[in-house]
Amino acid sequence: MCVICIASLGYGANVDVPFKPTPASQSKLSPWSPMEETDPAPDPGETTQAVFTLNYSRIQIPFEITLWVLLASFAKIGFHVYHRITVWVPESCLLISIGLIVGGIMHSLHEKPPAVLTSNAFFLYMLPAIVLDSGYFMPTRPFFENFGTVLWFAVVGTLWNSIGIGISLFAVCQIEAFGVQDITLQENLLFASIISAVEPVAVLTVFEDISVHEQLYIVVFGECLFNDAVTVVLYNLFNHVAVMEVVEAGEVFLDIGRFFVVGLGGTLFGVLLGFVAAFTTRFTGKVREIEPLIIFLYSYLAYLIAELLAISSIMAIVICALTMKYYVEENVSQHSCTTIRHVIKMVGSVSETLIFFFLGVVTITTEHEWNWGYVLFTLLFALLWRGLGILVLTQIINPFRTIPFNFKDQFGLAYGTIVVIIFTVFIQGITIRPLLKLMNVRKTNRNLETINVEIHKRLMEHTVAGIEDLCGQWSHYYWKDKFLKFNNRIIRKILIRDNCPESSIVALYKKLELQNAMEILDQMSADISAAPSLISLHEERKNASKSRKKFLSSDVTNMHELLSKNMYKIRQRTVSYTNKHTLPNDMTAREILMRCHTSLRRSLRAGSFHGTNAAKMSQKFFSLPMGRSLSSGFPPGRLRHAGDGDTESETDYLSIRHPQRVSSKAVMPPRPSNTLKEVASSVNMVDEQNEEQRGYRRSNVSRSGHLTSHLPHGSSRNYSDEDCEGEEQQSRSSPHVWVQEPQNNSDVQHPLMRRPHWLPQKPHDK
Amino acid sequence: MGSFQSLPDDHQYRTLSQKTGFSLEQIAILHNRFKQLSQNEETLRRDDLKTIQDLESNPIRSQIIEAFFDRRNFQKDGVGSVEEIGFEEFLTVMSYFRAPAHHITEEQREEMRRAKLRFLFNMHDTDNDGTITLEEYRHVVEELLSRSGALGRETAKGIADAAMLEVASISVGPMAPDEFYEGITFEHFLKILKGIEIETTMHIHFLNMDTSVLCK
Repeated sequence: MCVICIASLGYGANVDVPFKPTPASQSKLSPWSPMEETDPAPDPGETTQAVFTLNYSRIQIPFEITLWVLLASFAKIGFHVYHRITVWVPESCLLISIGLIVGGIMHSLHEKPPAVLTSNAFFLYMLPAIVLDSGYFMPTRPFFENFGTVLWFAVVGTLWNSIGIGISLFAVCQIEAFGVQDITLQENLLFASIISAVEPVAVLTVFEDISVHEQLYIVVFGECLFNDAVTVVLYNLFNHVAVMEVVEAGEVFLDIGRFFVVGLGGTLFGVLLGFVAAFTTRFTGKVREIEPLIIFLYSYLAYLIAELLAISSIMAIVICALTMKYYVEENVSQHSCTTIRHVIKMVGSVSETLIFFFLGVVTITTEHEWNWGYVLFTLLFALLWRGLGILVLTQIINPFRTIPFNFKDQFGLAYGTIVVIIFTVFIQGITIRPLLKLMNVRKTNRNLETINVEIHKRLMEHTVAGIEDLCGQWSHYYWKDKFLKFNNRIIRKILIRDNCPESSIVALYKKLELQNAMEILDQMSADISAAPSLISLHEERKNASKSRKKFLSSDVTNMHELLSKNMYKIRQRTVSYTNKHTLPNDMTAREILMRCHTSLRRSLRAGSFHGTNAAKMSQKFFSLPMGRSLSSGFPPGRLRHAGDGDTESETDYLSIRHPQRVSSKAVMPPRPSNTLKEVASSVNMVDEQNEEQRGYRRSNVSRSGHLTSHLPHGSSRNYSDEDCEGEEQQSRSSPHVWVQEPQNNSDVQHPLMRRPHWLPQKPHDK
Repeated sequence: MGSFQSLPDDHQYRTLSQKTGFSLEQIAILHNRFKQLSQNEETLRRDDLKTIQDLESNPIRSQIIEAFFDRRNFQKDGVGSVEEIGFEEFLTVMSYFRAPAHHITEEQREEMRRAKLRFLFNMHDTDNDGTITLEEYRHVVEELLSRSGALGRETAKGIADAAMLEVASISVGPMAPDEFYEGITFEHFLKILKGIEIETTMHIHFLNMDTSVLCK
């Protein structure tokens, strides 16, 4: 799109497409890169071997590319050092301006821009990277819910825009003052059709920088997607028309039919390849290393084949990524999952940076015949028509939408257009933030994900589906329900290894539990004096029976604290997942666990299972202060039974998936572990025995303990005081080694436990 | 409890339309459906609803069916449940799922929100004491998750417990050490579900054409 618009810019100024591959050989780099020697021999005329040679021409192209990317990255780093700039000016603007500066330098030295930015390079390498990035991280559910709107805006909107702009520009051209009378109507229409394409990259960047309401984001993004298809068709249509003398109705219809082919073909291809990719990952259990590769290859393949068949490649790659993501993320290992996300983000980021950068450079260095009048009018009309178009279209479609766009949203939609890239990126980019603030465009509702909300969402969905069945009406839930059933029954069985039915509620719950655990870990390392004695725990249990079905407020307070801290963490997560420039950050929690885990492993290895050590840690872990019963501690593998291999718990641990988004996670299949299972089941037994005696607040925790039978078994015992008590009880009767240890509250100093958070502490009463 | 003539009576339709807000065509269609379900009798019983095939796979089927026979959903201060309902009650319950009209005032929107949330609340609060106790909540969550396969009751309990705690912390805030949290009252319920745009999530597009021939 970028290139097309630049091309159109040139077109509007009666210049040819500026992207001819410039002769790259022997072209010198711009002055800031000092390596220009191509002559290796220091002594002309000598034929002896030189000691020190420079062979530039061989490495020239990769070298240049690397330097450019590096420069762009430095620029990017620089921006983020100065936070204040990025608040006002979106990053894309800054990149372009730097590009302009560099371009200016190069131009003044009469250098040519590097060969890398050919149209080919752009379309084949950079664009798919960016589109894959956007597509992979796009929230699927809102996308499909808004599908109708998106389609509507894309198709009809583009048509409206191009025709409107074309005609008005033509009218303008007739005015003699601008001296461009030679541009015919058809050429104008052609130009307009290009212009009215909305440029996804810049728009999304700007939108994300200011975190606009998700709905808006989705609609604009989807519109960009479909625009691709529409524009291609329109362009061809107008091309034919421009060439032909007489317009024939048949041709027009053919082209309209072509649109459907293009669009649907892209979608079909994407879906097909997505399924094939998912299917492939089903079998990669033993070859984890190539899993990310498979994802990339299939996506890129989708893109290339679509290009081959001249159907909408952008759609193909996005749909492929969407389809694939859901199934693949369940099949691949955690490492691979992270790798995939990282790499996609990285490559997308690099591409995007490069593109903006080069835009700046190329603008200056290529020759343009600026016709200010024409360009300005283009800008004006584009804005005008787009604004009108949005208004009108929105009016028409609002009754069909359940959450109608209000005027402010419409403004956001209209304004977000990138017409002539450089101008709009700059002007609109800079002004959009204050303007939107002024108008209070709806911001994303980054609310806490609570279990209640999730539960009730599911509840409502089921209710509505049920009522629909009852009254015999079909509606969107009907289809969704049907699709989900089909999905669960058939597709998942085929595409996913170790299929287990999932529930988003459970996934969310687990996510929150894990975060609870993180919280406790954090708190524990900070607040060492929090351990009560065994005696107090014992007393507590006796007293527990008096509060059966009520919550103790101390629990509530603690839960409240935990929740409020979790809220912060959860909120961080949802923010980061849609932020274009960062990865979804679920690494912090895992890092804490990893650190603890490795320390434990080392300690165990060093002491070759010294029971006390494990116990000490386990005791430390269990010994939560009174009233903290709800907090779930979660060091995986920490309380491993004697003799368990390190490796097993490690793999268990590493395969915990932190659900990034609730709807896409499955319950982890229980990993078989003989000894651990034993203990876990004994815990269950004990709990059930003691159920009646336990107070209500305990039972909460025990249940969560059992929840983790799906999680690494090592963790299930960490979950509650109650379990601890269960263990203690059992310890008197059973030979489970590690359980007995809590009674030996000895002060053996293990070398590793001299670390601050592992210091054995004097138990306190609370 | 009104009973109805079998022939669509315009006058009665009109009063119903005013009461529930459905259009006349929609009422006619729903009436057809009612007759289909009740096998052309005047009243509908629970067993009639249980025969609907699509409903079989719905995890909260029993709650939904129960909601139709719950007097609290018929009028503001109704208590208890009934064994059979007429078309008017059927329609009243359906009206909870109507989509909000385009141009309604803020108050009306709020009113509608409350009504829908009240419906949900009644679904939870089976013993009608005005609060959702832990047991009741647990029951709901269990039902919801019952189709998710490998999870046991323990899981559901854990989740229900955590959810209750969330409500407590959000609505009541920090409590003194001696207080107990009795259960979720309707006000608390409203508070915790503030985030959901319920008037748009909980609605059905009632069509103006008769699709009942197409469904089972």
